[in-house]
Amino acid sequence: MEEDKTNSENPLKVNRRHFFSQLSVGIGSLALGSLLIPDLFKGSPKPLAGQPLGIPHFAPKAKRVIYLFQSGAPSQLESFDYKPTLTKRMGEDLPESIRNGQRLTGMTAGQDKFPLMPSAAKFSQYGKSGAWVSEFFPHIAKISDEICIVKSMHTEAINHDPAITFFQTGSQQSGRPSMGSWMSYGLGSENQNLPSFVVLTSRGKGNSQGLYSKLWSSGFLDSKHQGVLLRSGKDPVLYLNDPDGLSRSDKRHLLDHVSSLNKIHHVETGDDEIESRIAQYEMAYRMQMSVPDVMDIKKEPESIIKLYGEDSQVPGTYAANCLQARRLAENGVRFIQLYHQGWDQHGNLPNEMAGQAKDVDQASAALILDLKQRGMLEDTLVIWGGEFGRTNYCQGNFDPKNYGRDHHPRAFSIWMAGGGIKPGITYGETDEFGYNIVKNPVHINDFHATIMNNLGLDHEQLIYKYQGRRFRLTDVAGNVVNDILT
Amino acid sequence: MKHSFLMRQKIGIVLILLGLVALLFAFKSGFFKSTKDSYADQRLPEVVDYNFHIKPILSDNCYTCHGPDANKRKAGLRLDLESNAFSELPENPGKYPIVAGKPGNSLMYQHVVTDDPKQLMPPPDSQLKLNSYEKRLLKKWIEQGAKFEKHWAFIPPKKADIPKTERTDWAQNEIDAFILEKLEENDLSPSKKAGDHTLIRRMALDLTGLPPNAEQVQRYLSGSSGNILERAIDEFLSTPAYGERMTQVWLDVARYADSHGYQDDSYRSMWPWRDWVIHAFNNNMPYDQFLSVQLAGDLMPDATKEQVLATGFNRNHPITQEGGVIQEEYQSYYVVDRTNTLGKGILGLTLECAKCHDHKYDQLSQKDYYEIYSFFNNVNEMGLRMDAVQAANQKYFADAPFMTITDEETNGVLSFINKTEGEDVKVMVMNDSMPRTTYIFDRGEYDSPGEEVTPNAPEIILPFSDKLPKNRLGLAQWVTDENNPLTSRVFVNRIWAMVFGNGLVETSEDFGVQGSLPSHPQLLDWLSKDFMEHGWDIKYLLKKIMLSATYQQSSIATEESKKSDPDNKWLSRAPRFRMSGEIIRDYVLATSGLLNREIGGPSVKPYQPPGLWEETNAGGNRGVLTTYIADEGDKLYRRSLYTLWKRTLPPPSMSIFDAPNRDICEVRRQKTNTPLQALALQNDVQMLEAARVVAENTIMDTKDAEMWVTKVFQRILVRNPKEEEKKVLEEYYSDTLEKFLNDKENAQKLVAQGEYKRLGTDPAKTAALMLTAQVIYNLDETITKE
Repeated sequence: MEEDKTNSENPLKVNRRHFFSQLSVGIGSLALGSLLIPDLFKGSPKPLAGQPLGIPHFAPKAKRVIYLFQSGAPSQLESFDYKPTLTKRMGEDLPESIRNGQRLTGMTAGQDKFPLMPSAAKFSQYGKSGAWVSEFFPHIAKISDEICIVKSMHTEAINHDPAITFFQTGSQQSGRPSMGSWMSYGLGSENQNLPSFVVLTSRGKGNSQGLYSKLWSSGFLDSKHQGVLLRSGKDPVLYLNDPDGLSRSDKRHLLDHVSSLNKIHHVETGDDEIESRIAQYEMAYRMQMSVPDVMDIKKEPESIIKLYGEDSQVPGTYAANCLQARRLAENGVRFIQLYHQGWDQHGNLPNEMAGQAKDVDQASAALILDLKQRGMLEDTLVIWGGEFGRTNYCQGNFDPKNYGRDHHPRAFSIWMAGGGIKPGITYGETDEFGYNIVKNPVHINDFHATIMNNLGLDHEQLIYKYQGRRFRLTDVAGNVVNDILT
Repeated sequence: MKHSFLMRQKIGIVLILLGLVALLFAFKSGFFKSTKDSYADQRLPEVVDYNFHIKPILSDNCYTCHGPDANKRKAGLRLDLESNAFSELPENPGKYPIVAGKPGNSLMYQHVVTDDPKQLMPPPDSQLKLNSYEKRLLKKWIEQGAKFEKHWAFIPPKKADIPKTERTDWAQNEIDAFILEKLEENDLSPSKKAGDHTLIRRMALDLTGLPPNAEQVQRYLSGSSGNILERAIDEFLSTPAYGERMTQVWLDVARYADSHGYQDDSYRSMWPWRDWVIHAFNNNMPYDQFLSVQLAGDLMPDATKEQVLATGFNRNHPITQEGGVIQEEYQSYYVVDRTNTLGKGILGLTLECAKCHDHKYDQLSQKDYYEIYSFFNNVNEMGLRMDAVQAANQKYFADAPFMTITDEETNGVLSFINKTEGEDVKVMVMNDSMPRTTYIFDRGEYDSPGEEVTPNAPEIILPFSDKLPKNRLGLAQWVTDENNPLTSRVFVNRIWAMVFGNGLVETSEDFGVQGSLPSHPQLLDWLSKDFMEHGWDIKYLLKKIMLSATYQQSSIATEESKKSDPDNKWLSRAPRFRMSGEIIRDYVLATSGLLNREIGGPSVKPYQPPGLWEETNAGGNRGVLTTYIADEGDKLYRRSLYTLWKRTLPPPSMSIFDAPNRDICEVRRQKTNTPLQALALQNDVQMLEAARVVAENTIMDTKDAEMWVTKVFQRILVRNPKEEEKKVLEEYYSDTLEKFLNDKENAQKLVAQGEYKRLGTDPAKTAALMLTAQVIYNLDETITKE
């Protein structure tokens, strides 16, 4: 097949027409946002150049992603990167040779000393893998043989907004499509009644930083691929609920009349966009049923509630969102993005971080166990982590019981599980100060390339041409981290 | 025996080898290819044009390594410059990339058609590949002499002769001659003229962003003179709603918002600048002046307060207030934003591509980029040194430099600002009071300064005259110079896109080498030149377009025209497309009778689903944008351009309809069709309330209940229902009325939608007529410009 070389700026337009003509997909399956393309997951395994919308480049290991984003940047030093040297050299100034020109944020640039601060949380080794996990995360410790801890993540950004934007879109400046949008664009939807990219948010009691809709924006991709924010409460999708006084059958009656008038007008104007409008109204009507249904966690058995913890019964909590994520995954949602705010511990770290960890520990581990018991872990890629790390030195007053840590871009830890990731391993290493990476660095571009790889997408081939340039999630860099793949 | 065996064996081997060679040959010649080469039949043009045929191929496939970017250039070969393309190859003495007339001697062509994957260009691992049509084009171009030309958009526009067309009874003005020429070339004919009714609605929507009211329509249609449409255009252009409509579009270009963006995203008060834009459009300020004051009003001799206020344009970008940022880094982002906005919004160029390296496609170097950057780099801006928690008790805060507008100004020279008496307001503006040295930033990094540069503009577009001051004032003069090939073209194209849905250049944001080529290059040039000759008069331009037969065509798509012009590229019919989120909301407010026509003033907070801001902000009290508290009364019914714009969470009723978030300059919105839009139109309380109010108003105004459905239909669609439509709707009304007569409780619940005072009409009748109005508000026709 020759690559389509029209000078069109919008390949989707071409593709949509292509789909109608080539696959005779009826108008009825034309869908919402990311619902556009029916399941083509089992499509051609042959690598194709250009933009094979809805078809992976090669056999995928994962069908979907659940990204548990810890917004604000949890400290690696109190979670997964155990550094006894910091205890031994507590209070000593960070050697200049280690800092080695690293730029500082305005919050600690004025400090005349950078005293090393050990973790207030105790570490132990767990599982066959012997992974080091802090006491803040007892449940995650128990599943350490299921996960791959990457201790050598690094980024360039030192402030929240650009750092989180980098993780979500591959660029520090806003305007690029979100990861989930890229996946929706590349792979299409697995279902007909739900978006393929959804977002759930929750907030802990720790120091928070805001979230922004640009993080799940489709950027220059068609807005069909935009993330749909599912909210807790009675209106999970904006404007989903009919007004009081209007029954389901009233609504059907109303829509039938809208439809018949639209059909008359379609005949008069010859504009096929009207047919598409009719289909969208039908999809909206179906969503009014399917969304509340998938959001309704009351049907979950006692054992599941116990697994995720009591919080899973409180809508809007991280635990409830984890349970929700599993239900969405079961229903064919391609990319499920959670955000849990509150990890920005510039002060009062031991206390705040313990609280944040308590919010997320049990439910994160439960999600892995639950997916596993349903046989879904093998094709669901789960990711847990924040936007950067935290400094090994103390911010503010030196008090081992109540200290803070500033932003640190050079090394931090995340973990991944399922979906083609090797379980029970630790990848990458930092120096004894936990400041610099000494082995196997993983940049955000590499991280993106790896996720795409597991979904069957070649990060160098999933391209969208915009303003004359071919854009990729990984921009011009990125290497798949083969060492952590099954 | 042994001998013959060996012989046979030899023959066998030879046969096998021959077979393999044949097989290989068959493979190579495509014998086993199941798919037919779909480009084989494509007819080559008589004369191959460099700009229209060749450069798009070279740019898209070759420039990455053989183009303007010096750092990525391979083999010393540069194909974007004529001199270079004909020069001896430095790494290949005696060989030339292109030899005019001789494809066989042109190494470039040889590399494109070779079968050797090691020699093939573009290299297979680039994922790029030329199709057979493109290869044939290159060959024919070389055979015809391989003529290079300057990029079309960098050649100043000229007025071509008005084309002679076969058909002579259709054209109403010059535009039509150019359109008809292309229609005839493509064996198409124009559609018939649309009805006056449709045209009046179309013009009202285009010029005011509002439907015409019934009284207006009646007046035009009953008028006896033949120039109904011209009178309508003049009247629409003279209403204040015109300025609001044009401002709405400019706000995307200017990335206007009522919040600072980034992390904390707290309140800012740039709305007096927005009031100025409305004022400027309504006074029909010429476009060159409109741009000049926004770029450099503060530097004009004896600058007036109005001129200084206009420069708020370049302070509309996001400003961070995140604790701990390095201000120097962000200051560079702000200057980058202004530079990119000049590129995308005014010049139609993707300047940002030259921020980190020489432009890959356009002849713009990284040096060019930082020379433009340096114009915007002297602002005495400090950055917001107060995070949202600290700022929580401030009503608003502005970064220096800003102007304070008091009663004295609003009672005097700035009377167009709709400010509450006694409350001062601060607006951020530009100045040049902190001169900085500008360097080329290596890889675009603010902390890697390289060579020092001074203000200048890219010579390839128009040399920056020595006579011009080397500051923003000089830049403004360069931008609005009649010899600048881009400014007028880009604006005219955007006006065309506003009216026709697509620009003559589809990529309104990119007139560079990788942008789309104009569908009607001569028309674009004629209009651009004509616009300048008429003093950059925007109202003149709009009127010219609307008086054309092209504009006045019907939008009905026949099977034949859909088949031969599926994307309506040649405009064989008028376009038919969904209105923007802002226009839809305003349309509903206007037709229901709810619209509050107050002009300007601080932005307002209409209905929004509860909890949206609260769920995403950082918690606690972080200023006035932490919690959404909707306004009350009249403020709920202002036009949508006055809706408060919080960058990190723009009004959902707009973003669901493809509005950008206003972080950066945008000049083109998508027009998607999604179920989320269907839900918003059905269930947004703003829509439900409007349906209720239009029902109540109709019941109050019209004694004859038989007429209600027709009246509601007329109010909303500004036309009479057809018999068939009337039947469907009346049947719906009577069914629904019957239901509610037996179910008063639910009727009561339904008519309780919205805050607007109930008019005391009968609940069951109101509910039934309200749902009938809902049916009409949800029709495709209602939200579409036909």
